[in-house]
Amino acid sequence: MSKIHVTTTINNDPAEFLCEAEDTLLDVLRDTLRLSGAKEGCGSGDCGACSVTLDGRLVCACLVLAAEVEGAKIDTIEGMSDGENLHILQKKFLEHAALQCGICTPGILVASKALLKKNPDPTESEVRLWLAGNLCRCTGYDKIINAVMDAAAEMRGLE
Amino acid sequence: MRYTAPSTTAEAVNLLASNPDGARILAGGTDLLVQLRAGIIAPELLIDIKHINGLRDIVAEDGGLRIGAAVSGAELGEHEAARALWPGVVEAAELIGSTQVQGRCTIVGNLCNASPAADSVPAMVAAGAIARVIGPNGSRDCAVGEIPVAPGRNSLAPGEFITSILLPARVEHASDAYLRFIPRTEMDIAVCSAGVSLKLDKSGICVAARVALGAVAPTVLLVEEAADALIGTTLDEAALADLANACAQASAPIDDKRGTVEFRTEVVGVLAKRAALIAKARALGETS
Repeated sequence: MSKIHVTTTINNDPAEFLCEAEDTLLDVLRDTLRLSGAKEGCGSGDCGACSVTLDGRLVCACLVLAAEVEGAKIDTIEGMSDGENLHILQKKFLEHAALQCGICTPGILVASKALLKKNPDPTESEVRLWLAGNLCRCTGYDKIINAVMDAAAEMRGLE
Repeated sequence: MRYTAPSTTAEAVNLLASNPDGARILAGGTDLLVQLRAGIIAPELLIDIKHINGLRDIVAEDGGLRIGAAVSGAELGEHEAARALWPGVVEAAELIGSTQVQGRCTIVGNLCNASPAADSVPAMVAAGAIARVIGPNGSRDCAVGEIPVAPGRNSLAPGEFITSILLPARVEHASDAYLRFIPRTEMDIAVCSAGVSLKLDKSGICVAARVALGAVAPTVLLVEEAADALIGTTLDEAALADLANACAQASAPIDDKRGTVEFRTEVVGVLAKRAALIAKARALGETS
């Protein structure tokens, strides 16, 4: 059977690829486009390691078919920093040691960026609720939450 | 497997009808993709309905709201008119999965997946929501509560799918609420749940009510005796005790890793009481 041709925008760059109907967006990002920042943890939408935004909406790339993103705009962790200049969230994650093994980190950064775009001044509870779908088995979450709160404050220009 | 994204419902109906055993509808995909990956289903054709005109819209209709089958939980949650009209339905829909799942999941998918623990379903049943079903014989309207028939099974005939849900108009001094019990604070499957919709008269007496329970039977339960316990009262302690009792009587839950029969039977009544009080406060305009 012939493959499906998909034209899309990834991190503001036009992109196109060929995929099978059963390929997920995560499969294509990692294996076809070699954007391996989004990780496969559970493959069933429970862990959030493959978080990306699809037309501005936070989703799990493992729960999106690659064929569905025709004409869509996708943003991944690879588009977060400006070249060598890290995003404030990335800097704060380093500062607060908000990662250990790092597998969950790209997903949590993408999810946090989506939160701060929607809500620049979240409470700690709002951050925890928003990130409930991003599992981390190393940090115990406190450092992650602190990093996001600190980044939010800096992004609001309060510090 | 093939993937197709038709632009009209007529096209989707034709595709579904011409592949009666091998086609599945794809909207949010948060259940479908999990089942595909687990090998639970192996359809020959996926029909993505997100490009069909109107299916991603929420539109006013006769004082109520028509929610397209491809509207995500996040989009519903951001819709101020929906929040104001049926806060219980919206809060239930927002409990489906994580933020990431909210970006994709739909209340129609939640309904068709037919899990006894589906969060949006008791709230929709309490609200008296109506599903619009389209199929080879045209379209028909069906009470939401008639869609699930057993865990994982729905009443849709071959070739049929749901295009929208109508949340009806709401009269004055009326509101709804939904509560579930989970052992953690977020992102879990309901151990048991209750949706309550009620209408008060000017003096604060309940004149109409609908009470729907989740995860205490193979399908959602609409409990008339529970509604009767509220009607004619101000939701005083005696009425609330009768409500809890009626909920317990109607429940026929299972023991599983998430909860025992005893636990579910008792807690579902507590949830119904609390949901009734929240709905009452909302109906009185004391809280949103």
